[in-house]
Amino acid sequence: MRALVSAVYLFLYAPIALVVLFSFNAGRNASEFTGFSAAWYAKAFSNTFLIQALQNSLIIAFTSATLAAVFGTMAALAIERMGPRMRVVFDGLFAAAIVVPGVVIGIATLVALAAVFSVLNPAVASLWPGDSPPQFGLGYASIIAAHGLFSMAVVTMIVRARIASLGRDIVEASGDLYATPWGTFRQVVLPQIMPSILAGFLLAFTFSFDDFIVAFFVAGSKSTLPIYVFASIRRGVTPEVNAVATTVLVASLFLIFAARLLMREKSRTGQGDT
Amino acid sequence: MAAAGNRRRSLVTAALAAPAALWLGVFLVLPFIAMLVFAFGRRAPEGGYTPAFTFEQFLNLPARSAAFLNTLMLAPAGALLCLLVAYPVAYYLAVRASPRHRLVLVSLIVVPFWTSLLVRTYAWMYILGSRGLPNLLEMIGISDVRILNTPAAVLIGIVYGYLPLMIMPIYVSLEKLDRRLLDASADLGARPMSTFFGVTLPLSMPGVMTGTALVTILLLGEYLIPQLLGGGKVFFIGNALVDLFLQSRNWPFGSAIAVTLVLVVVVVLTVAMRIAWRFAGTRRVDLV
Repeated sequence: MRALVSAVYLFLYAPIALVVLFSFNAGRNASEFTGFSAAWYAKAFSNTFLIQALQNSLIIAFTSATLAAVFGTMAALAIERMGPRMRVVFDGLFAAAIVVPGVVIGIATLVALAAVFSVLNPAVASLWPGDSPPQFGLGYASIIAAHGLFSMAVVTMIVRARIASLGRDIVEASGDLYATPWGTFRQVVLPQIMPSILAGFLLAFTFSFDDFIVAFFVAGSKSTLPIYVFASIRRGVTPEVNAVATTVLVASLFLIFAARLLMREKSRTGQGDT
Repeated sequence: MAAAGNRRRSLVTAALAAPAALWLGVFLVLPFIAMLVFAFGRRAPEGGYTPAFTFEQFLNLPARSAAFLNTLMLAPAGALLCLLVAYPVAYYLAVRASPRHRLVLVSLIVVPFWTSLLVRTYAWMYILGSRGLPNLLEMIGISDVRILNTPAAVLIGIVYGYLPLMIMPIYVSLEKLDRRLLDASADLGARPMSTFFGVTLPLSMPGVMTGTALVTILLLGEYLIPQLLGGGKVFFIGNALVDLFLQSRNWPFGSAIAVTLVLVVVVVLTVAMRIAWRFAGTRRVDLV
């Protein structure tokens, strides 16, 4: 049994290790390691397209995760206060946002936005006083919107689970001690649900940073890091791709470990507050 | 006084729900309506959309039956393969591993899942490609092995990509399992094998069901793994969709396929939930 489990761990990590190893290969040959070199990193990072893609990915991930964390938490609080009928509607929509495949979300968003733009752009152009009316198109906003949809659903789910485990008695106790509803929220509820909000944010950030398929449809002419990596892979497997892939890997590993550390810290202070 | 308080309360609720409601309306409901409209429309000669109400896109679905067939065979097969690999690992982590190491071992399972699926799948392109594993096999005398661009490569990629997602729910349900039940079973003279099949396995069924349903549903919409490891020979519905939207620009037909894919997901999900409820039901009865 031990041997089997060890084999599974090897299976999980060996491929990743191989990519990292060959990103430092001095030679071009993908099947033999001819010496240690960081030349492929230098080559990859002198590429302005890569830098631009990385920058786009960070902006999109940060914005969509922030919006998702705020709006998702608000929705989670609202759902707790709703009547059963409205609650069913929200539950259904959030479940759909999680369950519907990314490829379908991408397509549906693309189709809808294309239809909206085909009406909006001529209308704006005809009303615009100047010579160069603004053209609305796919880009940052459409990727953020499509990523935010899934992310918001995830944040809502996590925060609601936390609220459900809170128990009403501390909220009632706070009310009995003459706290205002806002005071109760800020001093009792928020500290308790903060770790879940943070976990939701990091989950959302990682999802957006790693997502390929949704962005592939709604990115327009913008490129994100996964889109750049995908295009590089299509051009052929080179050590340069390995260097970029390793960078993506290290970035997400950094995020996870930061998340885990932060979560541990937050849950400790959270407990200290109560 | 009370009425004013109630109104204030529902105003606050509405204000809290408004951004999410707007987002869901504009970026989920509206796109779905648009997709439905396109699916019943016609393709314009230059590749756009002509308003119409016709079922011809749906009647044309058999033209892409290979993609549906591949998806409906390989997604459940991949999920089952995942389950076979995942169960022993989850069992080891929950029952056998020493509590001191458990946290680290579980983290090591979760971490790869958080990293880019694209990069992880790419790693296998590297390994299964002609200069990888087949090259090594040739050194020991087995020549002309081609793995990349076969269903086997896609299945390997699926197991690799989705293993953590299968292990976690099973691990959680096994970890909750009351150890005293296992001791009781042993004390009553059951052999380890019959304890496993009579107690452990049935009690971990909710986790098994959750994991299998989750992985199957995600696989139904998979694009990257068949694209990179199937090389155009083994393609899923997701690959057909990318082709129709970004290459051949047949949006109405693509929309019809996407609508059908959503229906398939809904059916699979409903069946999975029915089965899960049945298991949950018997479990409660057994424990009481």
